[in-house]
Amino acid sequence: MPAGFTVDDFYYLLPEILLTGGALLVLVVDILLPRREWAALGMTLFTLTLTGAAVIGFTGVDTTISAGLLAIDGFATFFKTVVIVSALLTVLMSPSYLRVEAVRPGEYYFLILCATLGMLFMASGVDLITLFIGLETMAVSFYILAGYLKPNQRSNEASVKYFLLGAFSLGILLYGMSLLYGETGTTTLAGIAEALAGGERSLTLALALILLVAGMGFKIAAVPFHMWAPDVYEGAPTPVTAYLSVGSKAASFAMILRIFIEGLPGLVADWQVLFWALAAVTMTVGNIAALTQSNIKRMLAYSSIAHAGYILIGVVAATERGVAAAMVYLWVYIFMQLGAFAVVAMLRRKDVIGDELKDLSGLYLRKPLAAVAMLIFMLSLGGIPPTAGFMGKLWLFSAAIESGLVWLAVIFVVNSVISLYYYYRVVVFMWLKDEIAGSEIAVSPAMATALVIAVVGSLLFGVYPQVLFDHAQVAADMFGSAVSSTAALQ
Amino acid sequence: MSNDSSLLSLILFTPLVGALVLLFVPKRQEDAIRWIANVTVAIGFLVSLPLWFRYDSANPDFQFVERLPWIPSIGAEYFLGVDGFSVLLILLTTLMGVIAVLSSWTAIQMRVKEYYIFLLLLQTGMIGAFVSLDFLLFFLFWEVMLVPMYFLIGIWGSDNRLYSAIKFFLFTLVGSVIMLLGILAVYFYSHEVTGVYTFDVTQFHQLDIPFNMQWWIFLAFFLGFAVKVPMFPFHTWLPDAHTDAPTAGSVILAAVLLKMGTYGFIRFSLPILPEATVAFVPLVAGLSIVGIVYGALVAMAQRDWKRLVAYSSVSHMGMVMLGMFALTPVGITGSIVQQLNHGISTGALFLIVGIVYERRHTRLISEYGGLSKVMPVYAAVFLIMTMSSIGLPTLNGFIGEILILQGVFVVQKTWAFFAASGIVLGAAYMLWLYQRTMFGTVTNPKNENLPDLTMREFVTFVPLLLLAVWIGLYPKPFLDRLETSVDKVMMRVNSDYTPRFAAVLDTEPGEGAGTRAAAVIEAPVRGGGR
Repeated sequence: MPAGFTVDDFYYLLPEILLTGGALLVLVVDILLPRREWAALGMTLFTLTLTGAAVIGFTGVDTTISAGLLAIDGFATFFKTVVIVSALLTVLMSPSYLRVEAVRPGEYYFLILCATLGMLFMASGVDLITLFIGLETMAVSFYILAGYLKPNQRSNEASVKYFLLGAFSLGILLYGMSLLYGETGTTTLAGIAEALAGGERSLTLALALILLVAGMGFKIAAVPFHMWAPDVYEGAPTPVTAYLSVGSKAASFAMILRIFIEGLPGLVADWQVLFWALAAVTMTVGNIAALTQSNIKRMLAYSSIAHAGYILIGVVAATERGVAAAMVYLWVYIFMQLGAFAVVAMLRRKDVIGDELKDLSGLYLRKPLAAVAMLIFMLSLGGIPPTAGFMGKLWLFSAAIESGLVWLAVIFVVNSVISLYYYYRVVVFMWLKDEIAGSEIAVSPAMATALVIAVVGSLLFGVYPQVLFDHAQVAADMFGSAVSSTAALQ
Repeated sequence: MSNDSSLLSLILFTPLVGALVLLFVPKRQEDAIRWIANVTVAIGFLVSLPLWFRYDSANPDFQFVERLPWIPSIGAEYFLGVDGFSVLLILLTTLMGVIAVLSSWTAIQMRVKEYYIFLLLLQTGMIGAFVSLDFLLFFLFWEVMLVPMYFLIGIWGSDNRLYSAIKFFLFTLVGSVIMLLGILAVYFYSHEVTGVYTFDVTQFHQLDIPFNMQWWIFLAFFLGFAVKVPMFPFHTWLPDAHTDAPTAGSVILAAVLLKMGTYGFIRFSLPILPEATVAFVPLVAGLSIVGIVYGALVAMAQRDWKRLVAYSSVSHMGMVMLGMFALTPVGITGSIVQQLNHGISTGALFLIVGIVYERRHTRLISEYGGLSKVMPVYAAVFLIMTMSSIGLPTLNGFIGEILILQGVFVVQKTWAFFAASGIVLGAAYMLWLYQRTMFGTVTNPKNENLPDLTMREFVTFVPLLLLAVWIGLYPKPFLDRLETSVDKVMMRVNSDYTPRFAAVLDTEPGEGAGTRAAAVIEAPVRGGGR
């Protein structure tokens, strides 16, 4: 046991420990028990629920553990909850999909849990090395998950592409981190912030900043680092795509907010410019590319690129409101994005791949409730009240206006309108076209549960978002000191 | 009165409850669905009637106020209340809801259940926008309306429905999202001044926003509202949406949805941004005049009956905007009255087109002719509504137009001239339309055996006919209800204005009241504008 670890550390690591234990048990259960499919599913859900309960148990705690490597604070708790809820929804939409694809579920659930573990560390890490290891744990799990459909060429391609580009981007990120370490002599974010508090600049620092932005840009699929996303999203198994686009994105944003707002407040003016450009380009390119897609998964991939651009507005604002806005948006994003992917996963049948827009034709006639659900997800993604997506957008708008980012807000407005056009194409196919193709659509109880949770989430937080706003504000308030010091520098 | 305390919520949620009930009715029981929808809107209208009788015209405050916390962390509230403007528009909405639902009985044969659900949701959205005094709540309802309307056009519309539906949606959306930015700007400014985060419109009405900021916010609001009105050159979605919408959709669109834009101006732009309003008068008046003349000329050239009525809306709404931006009490009053009139007469004209469309499935004017011989009752109704639309004295249109002209004339005689020319052109295209469709001999054999109005169809017109005559002969009850509300707006946009009602001076709650009253009383001494 390394020096500096105490019993307290293990107490506060309870969620992570539970999750690791559960993940290992899933593997064991999968091998030992006779009805392994259900046993593995049950074990996974149980583990996630338990972990979630442990995370929520630490609400209100604000401390640093493991010799300053991890923070257990409102911010971490919020993001851990986001990650676990998205993992739960992903797992719920998986069994029927895996059955149609005829793949063994055991390792699948194990890998989902491993990725979740990595994300938990990304949410609470306050040290570059911890953050990097969390990211790596998550990324490696996703490389395998993306290629989980072994006989499927597209899935293999997705895996290889994701692995190559992912490894490359991790290298860039690590390079940036090492330069930062070289400049400041420490890897803890608090130490880095302190070392740079004097406001000194250097070429190395500038390079480090650019490399960090680029490395993280890959993870959130920001333009121009987004090239991998559409292919990977299209090829990976649908639930994996869903998790990749929500869980991985949320954890990466947690990491971005930590590194830049907590670690680099002294350089705020510099990274603000970079993120401003990144946000504007990302949302515009994402939306315009999404317009012409006929494959839903690709369309949702580009739409998720655009959403990353929106959330970046919260980062650019670099205020408490901005951080809270990013958090609110990521929370509501879980329900709408995962819900949309759940419907796509539902369309997968023996004879239909179900990821083309035309596969949605006449969905209203076959599964009216699913069509209503999908309508709600599309409205929410488009930010139309009374859905949760609107409340998310409202926060981002207000963060932008409060920080005087009027032009970015206007670009955001134009993009929201463009995006509605392609969300409405989905609606048109579901509701206004009558041709029906392929066999009956079956909805498993697990899938139904996932859809119900997603619909309730998408509506509840649109009509009564108070609880969510409170949590996000409390969590963002801890950036108060960092933010006010940035304001002073500006 | 204690039972007034939740009257607005009752009016607001009655259609929503009906929609929820319909969700649980099996979709094959179409007649049951029709009955439930009709009963719902009828109840909706009945519960809104107390607004007419119990609204106190002498009291300039917002009435029937309901206030509950909604999202305390950002200061948004469930805050409802009405003044003279909204009372009349809400009554128009609930009445047109009854008519629209009743008129759909035989016209809608496909996907009946969803049709009525969407229509009822739309009803809740529209009422919600009129009763909200919280800007965020208003925006929520404002946007909620888009979705059901999109589906009404997209599913039950005619040939070009997909194009028209998305065009309607995107046009309105662009404007309203930009408006949201403006709302947030006011929100943050209000916080800067008062230290409290709130979306309370009555608070916003007391802000003195710096002119430069007002100018930009006005522009943002303007884009949102002008698209909805629609003002030239933002009107291009309207002919398409109207033409392709089902009859009830067109009726609602013309009678109520367009009023959202003008209501937005009078409720938000004018009182929150008074100085910018004055600065924008030339632009708005100019666009209104172009709209009046252009809309009328284009209407004259239409071969499609419904499109003609749609373009006449552009012209009439230009008139409404011109009256409002005369910024005189008479002009503003006329503008509101004309909004009601437009709702009544244009709503009726769309019903009239819908009735022959349902029988013949064509809207081309050339397909008709001599209908007065085969459908005499229909022709009579059409004639009255035509006269109402072109402003014949003793009918409602005349009252609105004369007030607007009077209000405009004292400000700019040339504007009044153009507005009057719009009326002349209006008479031309409407009478020509009437002549081509109703008079002469029946040239098209398909028209020879058209049945006249059924009882149900006739019933849909009765309230509109009665209202047209009522407002035409005795508009006082309507004008009375508007007086104090008009005074309040006038006091904001013109500090020299002396309200006709002393009570208006004490309306603003809190600290603002004293200073505001003092400012108004001193105003003549200080002279000059704001």
